[in-house]
Amino acid sequence: MKRHWYDYLWIWTIVYFSLGFFNILFAWLGMIDFLVPLGFAIFGGNKLFCNHFCGRGQLCMKLGHELGYSRNRPTPAWLYSRWFRYGFLLFFLTMFGNMLFQTWLVGAGAASLRQTVSLFWTFQLPWHWAYAETSLPAWVAQFSFGFYSIMLTSFLLGLLMMALYRPRTWCAFCPMGTMTQMICLLRCRKK
Amino acid sequence: MPSRRHAVVNPRNCVACGTCENVCPRHAALVVHGCRAEIDIELCIGCGRCAASCPANCIELVERERREGNEAALV
Repeated sequence: MKRHWYDYLWIWTIVYFSLGFFNILFAWLGMIDFLVPLGFAIFGGNKLFCNHFCGRGQLCMKLGHELGYSRNRPTPAWLYSRWFRYGFLLFFLTMFGNMLFQTWLVGAGAASLRQTVSLFWTFQLPWHWAYAETSLPAWVAQFSFGFYSIMLTSFLLGLLMMALYRPRTWCAFCPMGTMTQMICLLRCRKK
Repeated sequence: MPSRRHAVVNPRNCVACGTCENVCPRHAALVVHGCRAEIDIELCIGCGRCAASCPANCIELVERERREGNEAALV
């Protein structure tokens, strides 16, 4: 099949996590993966990002499908059931809100900067080497640590799902995918 | 010549991720308006790649409806 430039966006996923390992401020670039799919859904009424531009999905296909790191077993039905998808979206948004609250606390001077990456919303990994004090306000770095935590956690979950089930099983309950499909369905109903 | 089977999408479970669209060798699968995938059964060759890779198990292969006098043409 003919390859397009966007078929190589899986490289972006590797670059993103590598950059964040050395300098946490690069975590801000992950906002592209948040805002672009929402933009496509809200203004274009489509899921082009999921369908063609998601580097994470492509990387899972590369590893699981082309390199054979996936067991390729059917996804359990509860993982793509509506209650789980919407429940996970709600959980994800709550944790995202909590991350924003932590950022606000640091910005307001009520909390100090935590130079850790939180994995699976539970384990605090030291990540201090990736941050050198700059003239930027501390909340900018706090947001970076929090956002990178979310990105890394969801990526690891995606890899785990890829290995256990099908390469793109993460897509079945990816919060961004659920949110953008919800927007598209609402747009379809309005028409 | 049309194949004996073709893919169908269960729209209730489809998450519109586009995996089927990306693996289909005949561009028969398409995510429509970001809501769900649809299969163009005229283009579908029933290879089953979409069904095997769908993360929401919402694609299955069904026997193509046989039209009168068309049975010999099915492979």
